[in-house]
Amino acid sequence: MEEVPHDCPGADSAQAGRGASCQGCPNQRLCASGAGATPDTEEIKEKMKTVKHKILVLSGKGGVGKSTFSAHLAHGLAEDENTQIALLDIDICGPSIPKIMGLEGEQVHQSGSGWSPVYVEDNLGVMSVGFLLSSPDDAVIWRGPKKNGMIKQFLRDVDWGEVDYLIVDTPPGTSDEHLSVVRYLATAHIDGAVIITTPQEVSLQDVRKEINFCRKVKLPIIGVVENMSGFICPKCKKESQIFPPTTGGAELMCQDLEVPLLGRVPLDPLIGKNCDKGQSFFIDAPDSPATLAYRSIIQRIQEFCNLHQSKEENLISS
Amino acid sequence: MEAAAEPGNLAGVRHIILVLSGKGGVGKSTISTELALALRHAGKKVGILDVDLCGPSIPRMLGAQGRAVHQCDRGWAPVFLDREQSISLMSVGFLLEKPDEAVVWRGPKKNALIKQFVSDVAWGELDYLVVDTPPGTSDEHMATIEALRPYQPLGALVVTTPQAVSVGDVRRELTFCRKTGLRVMGIVENMSGFTCPHCTECTSVFSRGGGEELAQLAGVPFLGADMAPPPPLCPAGSVPLDPALMRTLEEGHDFIQEFPGSPAFAALTSIAQKILDATPACLP
Repeated sequence: MEEVPHDCPGADSAQAGRGASCQGCPNQRLCASGAGATPDTEEIKEKMKTVKHKILVLSGKGGVGKSTFSAHLAHGLAEDENTQIALLDIDICGPSIPKIMGLEGEQVHQSGSGWSPVYVEDNLGVMSVGFLLSSPDDAVIWRGPKKNGMIKQFLRDVDWGEVDYLIVDTPPGTSDEHLSVVRYLATAHIDGAVIITTPQEVSLQDVRKEINFCRKVKLPIIGVVENMSGFICPKCKKESQIFPPTTGGAELMCQDLEVPLLGRVPLDPLIGKNCDKGQSFFIDAPDSPATLAYRSIIQRIQEFCNLHQSKEENLISS
Repeated sequence: MEAAAEPGNLAGVRHIILVLSGKGGVGKSTISTELALALRHAGKKVGILDVDLCGPSIPRMLGAQGRAVHQCDRGWAPVFLDREQSISLMSVGFLLEKPDEAVVWRGPKKNALIKQFVSDVAWGELDYLVVDTPPGTSDEHMATIEALRPYQPLGALVVTTPQAVSVGDVRRELTFCRKTGLRVMGIVENMSGFTCPHCTECTSVFSRGGGEELAQLAGVPFLGADMAPPPPLCPAGSVPLDPALMRTLEEGHDFIQEFPGSPAFAALTSIAQKILDATPACLP
């Protein structure tokens, strides 16, 4: 078999499908058809003008807690009633956000100004393909281009209004959904990505790829969160490692790759239970070490976004 | 439905089992690996096909990282993991020059690679081919099922964790199986509980009840159900969390060989036994 072509110009580049290295690539026709969609990107850019900060929550590895983290980042930020939060779930095949936010069964309504998000609180709106499915058994068996179309619609047609933070929860992997969201939001500027991992090497292995993906597409990395980092037994209160960090955990990886470690969140069984009930874990367990860890991480994310905002404002005014 | 002109590289494979979820991180690769090892311990010749192009975990789990893939006259030779050649593996992980490099491909390119994986790997004679898949219901899954359809897979093991959030995704996977005509052999509930090494209290770290709920919803066997006897203090009928299992997988060792005393061992060998029991005696 030919080697994985390292000299692929990139599906989104001007050379897509036309470069010498494209010959024979099964993707060639699709790339060359120039799904450039420039008008859509412009529309999305316009729509995103009312959104101050955009944060992608990524992993590479499945099941590390992206959706759980996205939901709780949203809850945490929304505790300030003066902050408007939007949570967008672009996991088309496995949309977990409606359940975690207690919004299962909700439907999306259309108005003159577009699709209305589903509101958990006055200042916390949510959008997910889950709201478009009529049954919990419905499977979304779509190939890449159709998934991309959905993501484009989410960004272009949802009437988010004035938003301080747009949090985008992504599926595992480095594929269509990730390429699309980065491409569509490229002109609208993404503050950065928060990358979630567990301490295990099997997670870190995928997360290193995700970090490289971010660097490849020039997506700033806010930092890494190590989730499920240690477990406190509810009975004897002693700590054990359910997911042993056999290769140094996120800390060593972050040192090696020079990305910030935003924090470590321990495994609290109440997190899973609350997600299942669609409630904020912070309300059920305000004093849990996991809650404290989350709050510290959320603060660091806010600091990053504000720092970035002031830098931009300085640039504009100078 | 016959394969095209030549018998094809899967002609010598007696039974194909897919391991699916819908949800990420529930333990598909772990279960695939452990199932393959358990079947091998039962005297079977086993191959593993890892079609998770973005997150190929299996080479590491079997201590095979960095192994080179060679061509033979019938196509690619799978990587053999033992002298007896009783367990072999093909994964995109072997094709990556730099393990930290992301495979950032859109659907059509993934489909093309999966087709090649299915048709061009010279598996030889195998009793079982275990196919590990990524989470979701998209390009990779459709390509895999289409490519394997002529060879009539035995069925799919569907993996979940106990949480409702997992059940929510996995029930969609069950719909996918129904729509694509793939028989669900059973549900495996993974990460069902954790026994504290200090005080032996068993905690449901990822909530509880998901596996049974799914099995009932779908009318399929809950594969852990009559695992006997259940480990003390842990919920019966599922695969518990075992850091020893995770450690051995991280280090690429044979868990089935190293930890027969583990609470996960009984569950995993029981699942393998159910597969053996469910396998038809004669070739179709």
